[in-house]
This record gives sequence, structure tokens and C-alpha cells, in this order.
Amino acid sequence: MADFIHHLLFGIYPYIALAVLAVGSVIRYDREPYSWRAGSSQLLRRKQLIIGSVLFHAGVLLIFAGHVVGLLTPIAVFDTLGISHGAKQLLAIVAGGFAGVLGIVGATLLIHRRFFDPRVRAASSFSDNMVILLLWAQLALGLATIPLSLQHLDGHEMVKFMNWAQGIFTFRSGAADQIADVALVFKLHLFMGLTILLLFPFTRLVHMLSAPVRYVWRPGYQVVRSRKLAR
Amino acid sequence: MKVRAQIGKVLNLDKCIGCHTCSVTCKNVWTSREGMEYAWFNNVETKPGIGYPKDWENQNRWNGGWVRTPSGSIRPRMGGKWRLLAKIFANPDLPEIDDYYEPFTFDYGHLQSAGESKAFPTARPRSLVSGQRMEKIEGGPNWEEILGGEFSKRSADYNFEGVQKEIYGQFENTFMMYLPRLCEHCLNPTCVAACPSGSIYKREEDGIVLIDQEKCRGWRMCVSGCPYKKIYFNWKTGKSEKCIFCYPRIEAGEPTVCSETCVGRIRYLGVMLYDADRIEEAASAEHVEDLYQAQLDIFLDPNDPAVIEQARKDGVPEAWLEAARHSPVWKMAMEWKVAFPLHPEYRTLPMVWYVPPLSPINAAASAGKISARNGMPDVRSLRIPVKYLANLLTAGKEAPVVDALERMLAMRGYMRAKTVGGVVDEGIAREVGLTPAQIEEMYHVMAIANYEDRFVIPTGHREDVEDMYAEKSGCGFSFGNGCSGGTSEPNLFGAPARKKLQTPTEVF
Repeated sequence: MADFIHHLLFGIYPYIALAVLAVGSVIRYDREPYSWRAGSSQLLRRKQLIIGSVLFHAGVLLIFAGHVVGLLTPIAVFDTLGISHGAKQLLAIVAGGFAGVLGIVGATLLIHRRFFDPRVRAASSFSDNMVILLLWAQLALGLATIPLSLQHLDGHEMVKFMNWAQGIFTFRSGAADQIADVALVFKLHLFMGLTILLLFPFTRLVHMLSAPVRYVWRPGYQVVRSRKLAR
Repeated sequence: MKVRAQIGKVLNLDKCIGCHTCSVTCKNVWTSREGMEYAWFNNVETKPGIGYPKDWENQNRWNGGWVRTPSGSIRPRMGGKWRLLAKIFANPDLPEIDDYYEPFTFDYGHLQSAGESKAFPTARPRSLVSGQRMEKIEGGPNWEEILGGEFSKRSADYNFEGVQKEIYGQFENTFMMYLPRLCEHCLNPTCVAACPSGSIYKREEDGIVLIDQEKCRGWRMCVSGCPYKKIYFNWKTGKSEKCIFCYPRIEAGEPTVCSETCVGRIRYLGVMLYDADRIEEAASAEHVEDLYQAQLDIFLDPNDPAVIEQARKDGVPEAWLEAARHSPVWKMAMEWKVAFPLHPEYRTLPMVWYVPPLSPINAAASAGKISARNGMPDVRSLRIPVKYLANLLTAGKEAPVVDALERMLAMRGYMRAKTVGGVVDEGIAREVGLTPAQIEEMYHVMAIANYEDRFVIPTGHREDVEDMYAEKSGCGFSFGNGCSGGTSEPNLFGAPARKKLQTPTEVF
């Protein structure tokens, strides 16, 4: 039974979460463009937001990049570059730990503001409240894995997660078996992460997909549109 | 030369009576919605005062508009593109809602439901944001109405720069004027430049600046970018909104709501042709005092055959060229030079212009030191200091404002001589560089101000821009989301649940 649940959560659930993430985001972008926004509440209360939001976003972006690179880069690439598993593990712990602390301090400030400022609370939807709590919990779980990781600095545990993630993305059967014996806190962290992906298209998190990087190479500053039909 | 047309606007402050009809009709039509209670696409301020939102003219604080770099180019005062993107997580230049005011309502229901008591029941204020009781209302969209509040606060007005303002705090020397404000639909808008999503754009056909609500992601850089603080962040939908210049009316050849309903008949709408290739050059003028002239220089004469020919090539419809030749905006801005841009030093090349107000003669002048010309006082002896008006309208350059005020005084002197004395005194006209015919026309347009003289608006050519067959059985105006109208129940994707529109009969 435990095997079945493990397989369900880490073999099947990732595909459900990723499919909902992809299809849901596309449908929302197409059908509900008016609802697609960052949802800033800075206008209502500046206090705590400046420091909280900057810390949170800086931390989370670093962590996101770290997870994408760390989990999805084939192990062979690190081996070719001569980066040992231990060194990679240490880098992940130090950089991830630092960014995690930034992120969780920021998230704590943002949670306090969201739940205790009367204006922000009144303007918050259920999903706004849920998302920041979920992210805080996920950051906390992520940080909670650090003491465990410090016990196996050779990086062999980390390799399991890389195999799992790459197994999922390359549709290999038995990907879930790679992480069958890891500690519970890791499993919780993974499950929570997948759940965030699942909920992604239904929350304000979609603003991530609209990160306005194109602005930098938009020619000039001005935008002029013609009403004339392209014929 | 690339000819583009824009519906420009002039407000004759000399005739504004501060009735706020423009603000109220605009509010009723466009912003009487949750999330926009605090927003006034059109508001009327009493000057001198710090205005709405508070201190909006202080660009050292809000970083709106453009700056000229030492290399001679311009960039938003907020910073170049990278600097601007760095502010995306938390924007230090964004006003808080308290800088506008916390929107409120009153507990009207209590007046009907209160039990019997010795004292009259009262309707106490309640915040429209948090829903909580407000013990004291700290501000409003017109908090300084008719010089409300103490002079020490009002005199923080940025336009007092270079004016010995202390004496204007005395009752005998005080002065005031009204300043109705709306989006300037600039030729070089900073809001457009600052929008990282590229959702704000200027329409090529009529120059109206709009926000694509489906493309806006709520990064809120436009709010800071606009030096006039005329972009409002809708805290309910998380998107920015702004004055749309009532484009559905303009396209149909009708004036904007604020213009249509102006009881003082101070608002004028007309076509202006400009050279789109020279916008950047004009906005980059080295000295801020030259920006007014630089903007005049890129307006194109609708009677010039070369301009007409090029305009036709650039696709300006014939009706628009015809309208440009009768444009009241052209007459006031270019022929008579009595209208000026608001704060040209922001380098946005605004397209809502203002005729400066005349005012009674000041205390010193009436004490016998009056200097008169043709029975009219010297404009420097008017109560409103010329420097103050110049700071508002010409980046501090006084000569053009003096000329305009003199022309307006001359118009009065000329018409008084004509209607009261029965004499046509051509000398009055010539002294201010106008012909009697021009003065008569000025009088007709600015004083009589008939509807058809105030609003010369060609219709948009819908046949060029829409496939009308596809519009058949369409849903008309809606808040995105196809035909759902935005009033449906909360949906799967977390679109905000909006209250259904309540009719007055449901409320009471």
C-alpha cells in the first residue's frame, strides 16, 4: 500500500500537476486575460511591502533558478565540468540556504501584512491568502531539509532527486523508485512543490509567466498602435 | 515629416468656475466602480495648493516625467529600462492610497434603522477599502477647495518656486484659481515608456493614450511614470486605468463627457496635426524654458499645402484635415498664443492645454499704484503672480504668459470700446499684435463659445478599423472575459468576484 501511494504521489502526481500547469495556464491566458496580473497591494499599504517583497522575490527567484539548474541539468554535464557531487551539494546548501532565508523573511513580512493590515486583508482573495501561506510552508520545508543534507555531504541523496526529476521529464518508468528511501521531509517538500505547480494557473502566480523581460529590448520607449485592420 | 493627427484640448481657466460638473459626470460614467472609488480621471483643484494626489507636482518625490541626460537624450526620471525593472517587486516611487485619499461612504442605512433615541442618528463614515469605521476623514479628492486649509500647507505648492510666497498668505494679497486636470494624452507619454508589458499605447489615428486591460499585468510603473499622476491602480482588479478621452464618443464625433457637460463652456476640442518624426527632438530641448516653443514647432499648419500633401500620404482622412483647419485648439495655441501646455518641463509634450486666468488687480495696485494701458491694468498688477502661472504653464518663462494675458485684456478692452462706446479701436488690437478681425474671432470663440466653435471633432472611420459583420450580435462593452461582463460568479481562475450592479431601488 505504501508503495502504491509513493508511486501515486511521485510517479503519477507530477504528470497531473504539470499537465494542469501547462493546460490551465494556456486556457487562462486565452480565456481570462483580464484576470492575468501580478495583484500588487502596494497601493493600499506601502509599509512592510518594500522590504518584504524585495527579499521574498529575490530569495524565491534564486531558489527557483537553483532548482531548475540543479535538478534538471544532466549529471553527466556536472561530471564533464569536473564538479563533484559533494561540491554541488555544498553549493546547493549554501546558496539555497541563503536564498531560503531571504525568501522566508520576506514571506513572513508579507504574511503579517496580508493578514493583519485591515486594508490588505479586505482586498485579499482566498487564493491570495492561500498562495502566500503555501509558499511560506514550502520555504520552511526546504530550509528544514538542510540539517539532513548536512549529514550526507557527498551528494548521493541529491543525485537521487536529480534522477527522479530528470526521470519524470524524460518519461522514464520507475522514476519514483529513485526516491523511495529518502527522508519524509524531502517527500513533503516534493509533494508541496508539485501541489504549488498544480494550483499555479488558478492563482496570481501566473504573473511569473509574464515577467516583462522583453521590455529591455523593446525598440525605443514609445508604443503606437493603429486601429486600421491589417489587410 | 510624418504627419499624425490628434484630438487636442484646451481649457480656458479664465472662465472656470470650479463647479466640478466635469469631475462628477466623468466619475459617474467611468469610475463609479469598486477599486476605482479613489480615482478621478478628471478632477478640479484649487490653486495654490498641493493638489490631488498630494504634492503631485513634486517630481523629486515621485520621479514622474522625463529627464535629459548629459548626452542630450531623454529617459524616464524613474530610470532607464534596467533601473525601472529593478523596481518591479516594490516600486519606491508609487503613491499610497493615502496620498490620494482613503475612499469612504457613510452608514446611510443607520438613519433608517436606528431605534428611538434622544439624539438624532448620524451617518458615520466607513472606509470603502477595508470596510472599517473611519473616525476622521483625513482627505478627499478636493481637500483644498477654495483655499481650504492653512496657507502653510497649501503654499507647499511647487508653482511658488521663485515667488515671494509669504505675502500671498495675507488675506489682502491672497489669490486663487481653479485647475481642472485630466490625462494629457501626451505626444511623448512617460506612462507608455515606463510600461514593462507594453500594454499602454498611443493611438495613431487620434492620439488617445489607452491601456490594454488584457495586456496590463499590474506592474504599476505607469503610475509613477506619469508626472501628472493621472494613471490609477485599480486595487480590486490589479490593473491600471486612466482617462480614455471618452474615445467611444470621440470616434462618433462627440465631445468627451467632461467637455460636453462643462457648464462654463471652458473646454475646447479640435484636431492638431504634428510631425511625429520630431517628437523626440522636441522633447529633448536643452533648456526646459524652450520646451513650450519646441512643442509649438512640431505642430503643423493645416493650411500649408506641403503639410496637406504629406498628411494625405500618411493616411490622415480628408475630414480630419478639414477639421484641423477649423480647430479651436489650433487657434488658441498657435494663432493667438493664449493656450499653454501644463508643466512642459516634464518633457511629455502634453496635449491638454490651458488658457491662463485673468484676475482682479492686487492690493498694491488698487492702493493707487496702478499702471494702466487702454484703461486696462498691467498684467503684472493682477492678483495671480505671472511667475506662478509661468511655473504652471511655461516652465517658468514669463513672456509668453504676459503676452497671452495682455491679449485677453485687449480683447476685453476692444469689445468694451465697441459695444459700450460704439468705437472700433484698432489700436488696442495692434498693440498686442492682432488684427481687429482676429480679436473679433477670439471673442467669438473664447467669450461666446458656441457649441460648434468649441467642438470640432471629425468622426473616426469605423469602416477602416472594424469588420462590422463580426460585431453583429456582439456583447458591446465588457471587462474582458468575452461576453461575461465581469459580473459573473467567482470563476475557476480567480477572476475577482465583482458585486452585481445595484440599482437605486435595490439599495433603498
